[in-house]
Amino acid sequence: MLWYIGKRLIQGLITVWFIATATFFAMHNVPGDPLLNERATTPTIRANLEAKYGLDQPVTTQYFIYLKNIVRGDFGISFAQENREVNDIIREHFPVSAILGVLAVIIAAVGGILWGSLTALYRNRLPDYLIMFLVILGISVPSFVIAAISQLGIVTLNNLAGTTVLPVAGWGTIYHMLVPALVLGLSTMAYLTRLMRSSMLEIVNSDFVRTAKSKGVPPARIFARHQLRNAVLPVITVLGPSIAAITTGGFVVEIVFAIPGLGRFFVEAVQQLDYTVIMGTTVFYGTFLVFMVILVDVIYGFIDPRVRMS
Amino acid sequence: MIENSTPIADRNDNFTRSAGKQLAVYALYAVVTLAVVVYLLAIAAGHTGSNGADMGINVANNSITIALREEPPQLDTGRSTDGASVIVLSHAFEGLIAYDEEAQLTPGVAERWEIRTDGATFWLREDARWSDGQPVTAHDFEFAWKRAIDPATASEYSFIFYSIKNAEAINTGQLPKETLGVRAVNDRLLEVEFEQATPYFDKLVAFVTYFPVREDFYERTDGRYGADADELLYNGPYMITEWVHSASMIWKKNPYYWNDKRGFLDEIRVAYITADTNAKLNLFKDGQIADTHLESPMLPSAMAAHWQIDRAMDGTVFFVVFNHRPGRVTDNLNLRKAMLYAQDPVELVNKALKDAAFLPAASLFPVWVGGVKEKFREEYAAPKHQMDLEKARHHLELAKQELGLAAIPPLVLLVDAQPVSQLAATYYQELYRQRLGLEIRIDSQIFKQRLAKMTAGDFDITVAGWAPDYDDALTYGEFFASWNLQNRGRYASADMDADVRIAQTSLDQKERMDAFGRIQQLVYDDVAMIPMYERGWSFVVDPRLKGFRRRSVGPEIDYNYAYIDVSSD
Repeated sequence: MLWYIGKRLIQGLITVWFIATATFFAMHNVPGDPLLNERATTPTIRANLEAKYGLDQPVTTQYFIYLKNIVRGDFGISFAQENREVNDIIREHFPVSAILGVLAVIIAAVGGILWGSLTALYRNRLPDYLIMFLVILGISVPSFVIAAISQLGIVTLNNLAGTTVLPVAGWGTIYHMLVPALVLGLSTMAYLTRLMRSSMLEIVNSDFVRTAKSKGVPPARIFARHQLRNAVLPVITVLGPSIAAITTGGFVVEIVFAIPGLGRFFVEAVQQLDYTVIMGTTVFYGTFLVFMVILVDVIYGFIDPRVRMS
Repeated sequence: MIENSTPIADRNDNFTRSAGKQLAVYALYAVVTLAVVVYLLAIAAGHTGSNGADMGINVANNSITIALREEPPQLDTGRSTDGASVIVLSHAFEGLIAYDEEAQLTPGVAERWEIRTDGATFWLREDARWSDGQPVTAHDFEFAWKRAIDPATASEYSFIFYSIKNAEAINTGQLPKETLGVRAVNDRLLEVEFEQATPYFDKLVAFVTYFPVREDFYERTDGRYGADADELLYNGPYMITEWVHSASMIWKKNPYYWNDKRGFLDEIRVAYITADTNAKLNLFKDGQIADTHLESPMLPSAMAAHWQIDRAMDGTVFFVVFNHRPGRVTDNLNLRKAMLYAQDPVELVNKALKDAAFLPAASLFPVWVGGVKEKFREEYAAPKHQMDLEKARHHLELAKQELGLAAIPPLVLLVDAQPVSQLAATYYQELYRQRLGLEIRIDSQIFKQRLAKMTAGDFDITVAGWAPDYDDALTYGEFFASWNLQNRGRYASADMDADVRIAQTSLDQKERMDAFGRIQQLVYDDVAMIPMYERGWSFVVDPRLKGFRRRSVGPEIDYNYAYIDVSSD
């Protein structure tokens, strides 16, 4: 197991290096640079800026300087927010995204597993139809629409109640995170519900469930031990990438609900061609994603005995 | 596949019931666990944000809550360039000269001043104080200006000092920064020496780059000046006491501020930072923020709610820029004239853009810019434009002859990815295809890529927006000077250059305005560009908040004169 983890970690490092290198050169090959602004700069001012940021060096030199700094964990200073270090940006804003993301993932996973099992239990009956209809909605309606509608819902609710039941936007308390997390986790929840449902239906007809039933195992135990536990495996598999996707994909929700998460920086840096922030967030998220995938593989080993043996 | 297999479980009601019960138990566990997790996460979230949200207007505390469009990227006055930072800095700092409620120049730190051909003198008031109680002195200005012009500071706006003696030479590294033509004679007397006559210098010093910085405080921040609330020293009506990046800010009344005609609120809370206008509208509806701006689709519901809707021009003029570089077909005057006569800005605004707050543009100079005594545009009427297809087609034929072409090749229209730019681009594309048979190829690029292509001259036509740096017609008038880097279409004309020189250096206001009048006409006759629209915003303010201003020059939103008045309710 240890050897296995070690091997996966080394693979992960190579992946991260590859991500960093590809991003670096792609970024430098895009027309334009972070120093361009609506207000044209004189050659003097431009030269001063280039010297300040080290952009007067050849790209390959910049690359090696960059790689050296990344290894030391220094991502440099943002071009767009000139007083802030990328490390500070990640340190201050990733926790926000992470808290929101973790909550969204938990809501999505718990909801997905529960709804999925419920639809499988009541297959082709009313709860099934109802939930599966909502699932289709959840998957197909884009998050910015859901975010905007739910925000309008909060305003209406507050107006009806005549007081602030839930905050419309902002960040900081328990009430601020509930709706955004739900919105953020909704499409994942819908996806997981469908996954759980089909997975359950497959298990229901499997030999070991039939055997358990004919042995006279109590239904609740069959459901919990034989069906649920086995059916949940595919859900766990996609959970890792889902965590990464949700934590990094909060851009829309963060903008709508005015949440100071890292997602904004991730997207806006590309538009601004903010080299250091692009590199910082991409490498950070890349590492995060790779780590999540490894983590899921390891967890898988604990849950599924067959994986452990091979 | 699964649906067709033999069902076993769902016929077995007994099994379903027991399993369902088990599921319900799990659901209960899940809800309890979730509640615990939410609680723990909320504790963690408390450390990453501020829960300082309050109602939009808090009468008891004499405070308001507002939303900002974006995090201010640079609060170091010497290096700041963007609108979001200017909003914050205009509340937290004061220059030698400031703007009053009606956007007219008014004494700031300087009590009085004198502008001559060779220089300027500022007499500073005695009671101007920093937020730590120490007096604001002439030395603070001298230090700030010398620092901003220093090549090591790499200030993007260092050019704004170029009218001061030796500034450009210092910025290019040819002279040491000590040689800059500014000198604090004593604590309350600042002498400035000009490189060339600068009649509008009083307007320049109202700009953020000219704001003071105190040397001893600056040195203490060790390169982090402006990075956080406590890394700045303020001399404006408000001071930033709390700043959670990208989340919130608190501006408190500066107890040492001298002027009792500005800064009436005890506290301004920036509780939200979001670019989403719908979110801001929702916050306003819920009474969480004091004002918000409205986009066209929001107007009907705003009117239905009987809100008092106001409009203000934000100062930006948009126009279609031609590429005048030799070898481009758009260098041909007759082609440009054909394109000018085939369109009408009124049609663009009313039929294509449909924003009630936009004004069809008629000139390089917006309607609100000042002239000799009145508004410039009242004294010097914009060239009368009439759409004339006959004339347009005639010029198109002439252009084809001159260029020796049977047909004009497709023209590349470079625009950014903003919805309004896309609307305008498709409008022009359709218009020129129908009316002149010209093919326009739209090249949509995001921000920096568009700028790269504009700067390199990789376009035939493009859209430019120009916002004023200072409150003088020159900020627009010098746009098409051949040496102006902003002139990315490289329009060049000796007449234009001569008139810009006059406007830059003449101390006679009439002579300057005459020059701008000629520039206005020349831009039209030469079709240096085609005017599109002057941008404005519709906005709504809580009726209890008075004195709130949206400005064309300086901060977009201005709370310096805002106060709460409940008597009208």
